[in-house]
Amino acid sequence: MLSNDGSDGFPSALKLLIAGGFGVGKTTFVGAVSEIEPLHTEELLTTASVGTDRLTGVEGKVTTTVAMDFGRITISGKHVLYLFGTPGQERFWFMWDELSHGAMGAVVLADTRRLEDCFPAVDFFESRGIGFLVAVNEFDRACRYEPEDVRSALDLKPDTPVVLCDAREERSATGVLINLMQHLLTQQARR
Amino acid sequence: MSVLDTDDEHWFDDDAGRLIRPYTVSDGRTEPTTRMELLSMVIATGRRPPGQLGTEHAQVLGLCGSVTTVAEVAARLRLPAVVAKILLSDLVDWGAVDTRAPDPMADCTNLTVLETILNALERRI
Repeated sequence: MLSNDGSDGFPSALKLLIAGGFGVGKTTFVGAVSEIEPLHTEELLTTASVGTDRLTGVEGKVTTTVAMDFGRITISGKHVLYLFGTPGQERFWFMWDELSHGAMGAVVLADTRRLEDCFPAVDFFESRGIGFLVAVNEFDRACRYEPEDVRSALDLKPDTPVVLCDAREERSATGVLINLMQHLLTQQARR
Repeated sequence: MSVLDTDDEHWFDDDAGRLIRPYTVSDGRTEPTTRMELLSMVIATGRRPPGQLGTEHAQVLGLCGSVTTVAEVAARLRLPAVVAKILLSDLVDWGAVDTRAPDPMADCTNLTVLETILNALERRI
């Protein structure tokens, strides 16, 4: 499993989120970069019960089970990167702050045939100030768009990177993560 | 728990998954005694817990031989994360497992951490 030479014997776990619409390749992406087969678990998350009847004296919170797939990249004895994707909750996962709590950054995977599917993720990361980039997953190299077309279609901020990738390829998916780290470093340097 | 059979095959079915309800495993409890997150680290201390461990606790402890995360323990035992947390927190109470919450300093504002990750990723391609 993980190596272990942190100061108190524990490495730090760092979290990246892999977001995007249904069937865009989130788990495929996680599988391509992970050193282990993607693992699956379910977590209970609380969210405000917006839009449901509220009973007097009852907290406006509900718990929901969220499924997630995740993978791991051991960076060193002190740092281990975990990548979390959330299959099956494409429209609602962003309601759960617990999921994004402590996330270093995010990859929003986009399919140019259904670009609108990634709007919620883009909105969410922008509003929470979580650094992210958009990675266009080029399915069978059809419907190729220029990154600038995607940027304007998604109305992204000028400094949000848009990159092309093949989520099945380790090299390509790792390249996306490298781009994300460079972006997070640039953001920090500006502060 | 008084189950003595530790053979996984009796508890999993390829199609149906886990054959007993998850909260049976936790004795109906829904709250861990120690607060844990998905990315809390856990490791066996080497101290033997008092008494005979039930199957599920023994399986959890078996996965903590080297440092790992709550998320990985849950996934490998095909348990909801909250049930894994309850079993792990029992083992923490018994002194058999040590845990540490995710490091709040290791976040996106830490340039050294970001550079370390960047360099490690670049070495992979």
